[in-house]
Amino acid sequence: MISQTSRVLLNLSKNNGLKRVASNYLNRSVVSTSSKTNGIRSFSSKVNEIKEEKENFQYTNNLEVQELKHYIPCYTIMNQEGIVQSPEQDPNFSKEEVVKMYSTMVTLSVMDSVLYDVQRQGRISFYMTSFGEEAIHVGSAAALEMSDTIFAQYRETGVFMWRGFTIADIINQCCTNEHDLGKGRQMPMHFGSKKINLQTISSPLTTQLPQAVGSSYAQKLAGEKSCTIVYFGEGAASEGDFHAAMNFASALSTPTIFFCRNNKWAISTPSKEQYKGDGIAGRGPNGYGMKTIRVDGNDIWAVYNATKLARKITVEEQRPVLIEAMTYRVGHHSTSDDSSRYRTVEEINHWKEGKNPITRLRNYMDRKGWWSDAQEKELITEARQTVRDSLVVAEKQFKPSISEIFTDVYHTPTPNLIEQQQELLEHLRLYPDEYPLNQYLDSDKILKNN
Amino acid sequence: MKRSFHSTSANLAGGPSAPINYPSLEIENGGEKQKMNLFQALNNAMDIALQKDPKAVIFGEDVGFGGVFRCTVGLREKYGANRVFNTPLCEQGIAGFGIGLAAQGATPIAEIQFADYIFPAFDQIVNEAAKYRYRSGGQFDCGSLTIRSPYGAVGHGGHYHSQSPESYFGQTPGLKVVIPSTPIEAKGLLLASIREKDPVIFFEPKLMYRSAVEEVPVGDYEIPLGKARIVKEGKDITLIGWGAQMRVLLQAANMAEEKLGISVELIDLRTIQPWDVETVINSVKKTGRVVISHEAPKTGGWAAEISATIQERCFLHLEAPIQRVCGYDTPFPLIFEKFYLPDHLKNFESIKKTIHY
Repeated sequence: MISQTSRVLLNLSKNNGLKRVASNYLNRSVVSTSSKTNGIRSFSSKVNEIKEEKENFQYTNNLEVQELKHYIPCYTIMNQEGIVQSPEQDPNFSKEEVVKMYSTMVTLSVMDSVLYDVQRQGRISFYMTSFGEEAIHVGSAAALEMSDTIFAQYRETGVFMWRGFTIADIINQCCTNEHDLGKGRQMPMHFGSKKINLQTISSPLTTQLPQAVGSSYAQKLAGEKSCTIVYFGEGAASEGDFHAAMNFASALSTPTIFFCRNNKWAISTPSKEQYKGDGIAGRGPNGYGMKTIRVDGNDIWAVYNATKLARKITVEEQRPVLIEAMTYRVGHHSTSDDSSRYRTVEEINHWKEGKNPITRLRNYMDRKGWWSDAQEKELITEARQTVRDSLVVAEKQFKPSISEIFTDVYHTPTPNLIEQQQELLEHLRLYPDEYPLNQYLDSDKILKNN
Repeated sequence: MKRSFHSTSANLAGGPSAPINYPSLEIENGGEKQKMNLFQALNNAMDIALQKDPKAVIFGEDVGFGGVFRCTVGLREKYGANRVFNTPLCEQGIAGFGIGLAAQGATPIAEIQFADYIFPAFDQIVNEAAKYRYRSGGQFDCGSLTIRSPYGAVGHGGHYHSQSPESYFGQTPGLKVVIPSTPIEAKGLLLASIREKDPVIFFEPKLMYRSAVEEVPVGDYEIPLGKARIVKEGKDITLIGWGAQMRVLLQAANMAEEKLGISVELIDLRTIQPWDVETVINSVKKTGRVVISHEAPKTGGWAAEISATIQERCFLHLEAPIQRVCGYDTPFPLIFEKFYLPDHLKNFESIKKTIHY
C-alpha cells in the first residue's frame, strides 16, 4: 500500500499546481520507500519545469497606497413619481401582474400593521415588520422560479407571500398552533415550507449563507437549471459566515444569489458603524471575484431586473452573483425594540414618505390608469379583515401535541428521549391542573395511552 | 490556523505499522479480507460510499490530493473533482456548506483537518446541523451530513493537534458522535455514519491511522450506531473507554488480571451520543465496580455523564465509588504529554483502588 501511495503521489506530481503539502509527502514517500534516491532530493530539474502562472496584476515602480475611490453606483429606473426613466428597461408587466405585485406589497404592509399591534396586546409573543422593504420582497421573488431554493434571514415575509405562503400560514406560525408547519417549536417569524421551497429560518445570523452555497452546489451537481437565493441584512454581512460563503461560492463556482438588504440599521447600529468600505457590494468584485449589482431596493422594477439578470448568470454560467439592495428599515427592528431611542422621526419620515416603495408603484399604476382610491380602500379593508379573521381562527386552534417536544430531534427517537417523554407524562399525570394541558392537542388521549 | 503537520507527520504515524493487540469485531458476510491500517479502512469505507451513492461528495481542506493523513487518497482520481474537492481554508464554511448539501438531498462527507479546529464550526454544528430537523417540524433535515475529524493525543501534538472534544458535541441533542477504535470498526462505523439519517460527528483516533493494522473485510458492511461492544468479558470490574484509549485500557486490564488475579470486563462505547446505557448498566450490575477513562479533561468530560447514569441506575449494585481516569483539567501540554495522559498505569492503580475499596 505504501508503494501504491507513492505511485499516486508520483502521478499527482505531474499535474501543474502541486501543493506544498503534496510535494513534502512526495519527497518523504520517495525517501522512505525508494532506495535509489538515498534521501537526496533533486530539485534542479523540477525548477526548470515550473511554469509561472500569469498574474492578474501589473508590477509598478510607484509606491502607491491604494484607497477606496470608486463607489459602485446604485441601479435605479423608476423615480418616486412612478416614471420609468429609461422606458426600454421597464419589464412591462401586464396590468393583472402589476396589480398582483402591488396588492402583495400593500397586503404585507397591512398585515404588518395589524400583527404589530396584536403583539403589543400580547396575543402573539413576537413580530418583525417589513415596512419600507416591500419592493425588495416582491421584486426579487417575481424574478425567481419555484425550483429556486430560498434561504432567508427573517425580514422577507413578502417573498414567501409571493410564492403562495398565505396570511393564515403566517399567522398559524406566529400563534404557534397545531397548523404551524414548524410544530410550534420556534419563535414567530421563523417560517419554513417545503411547498414553497423555503428552508426554515433560524435566529443565528448569517448561518444560512454557507448553507445556501452547499444547497446550490447540490443543484449544480444534480444538473438542475436552478439556483439558491439567500437573503441577509447588511449587519449579518459582518459575520464570519458571510466571508466563508462568498469565498466558497466563488471558489467552487456555485449558482448562488447573495441578496443583501442594506436597510442602514442592524437593530440600533447604523451601517456607518458596521463597515467603512463601499457597503456590501464593494466586497464582491475585488474581494471575492464575484459579479455584483447594487440596486435601489425601493424601486421594484430595478430590483426585478437585477434579480432576473442575477438568476440568468447563476444558472447559465454556474457562478454566484451578489446583489446589494439599498433601502431603509422604516419600522422598529422588532416588537422588542423602540427605534426612537437611536434615530430621529425626521429620518424615518424622509424614507417613509419621500422614498416609499409602495407609493412609487402606486404612482406608476396611476399613470397607466390601473388603480383607483376606491380599489385601494377595498384592498386595505379586505386585507385587514383577512388578517383579523385568520387571527381569530388561529387563536382558537390547539397548540401542537406535547409529544412533539420529543419528535424530530433525531430521525428516530433515541432511548433517552423515549424515557424522558415517559417521565414527563408521568409527571403530568400527578399535576394535570398545574399545566395548560387543555390548550394542547390530544392531551387527554396522550396522558391516558401512555 | 496553523497546521504544523508536515514536519511532524512521520512521527504522527505512530511508528511502524503493527497488528492491533486485541481481538477486533468479526464481520459476517464482509467478503474477503485485506490487511489495512485505520486510514486505509476509512479510505475503503469512503470508496464504497462514493461508489454506491452517486450523491455522495467529500470535501474539506487538502482532501483533493488525498488528505494530510492519506484518508482520501485516490478518491478524486476515481470519482472526479466534482465529488472529491478542496474547499477554502475555513471550518465554519465547510460545516455550513455541508449542511446545505444535506438539506438539498446530497450526501456530504466533510473533513475537519484536526478536531482541534472544529470549534470555528461549532455554531454551524450545534445551532444549525443539530436543530435542522427539529426546528422545521420535520420538513427539512441535514441527516445525510457526516463530519470526519482526527482527534486525540499523538505524542507531540501540543495544544492544537491533540484535543478530544467529544463531550462538547455529546451534550447537543440532534447530533450523533461516533469514535472507532480499530480498522474493522472504523470502516463499519463510518459507513453506518454516512448512511445514518442524522448528522454524525465522526472522530478518528489519529494515533492509530497507521499503527493499527488488521485483516479488514473488503465488502460493504455497517456496524450499528448507539451500540457498545464488549471487547472482553469479565466479572469483577467494568472498564469503559473508546477510541485510542481502548488500547491503554486493554493493557491496564491485562496488568490487573495478571497482578491482582481479577477478571475485567472491557467495554468500547463506540458511540458517545446516543450512548449504549443498557450494555453499560448490565455490565456494572454484574461486576459492581467501574472505571471510566478518556483523554479529554475530567471536568465536564463524558465520563461524568456515564458515571452519573450508572449511579442512578446501579446504586444498589455498586461496591465501590465510580472512578474516572481522565486527562487533567489543563490544556493539552506538549512536553508533559506522558504525564498528562491517563495511561495504563494510572488506570491500573484506579482498578486496584476500586477492587480494594
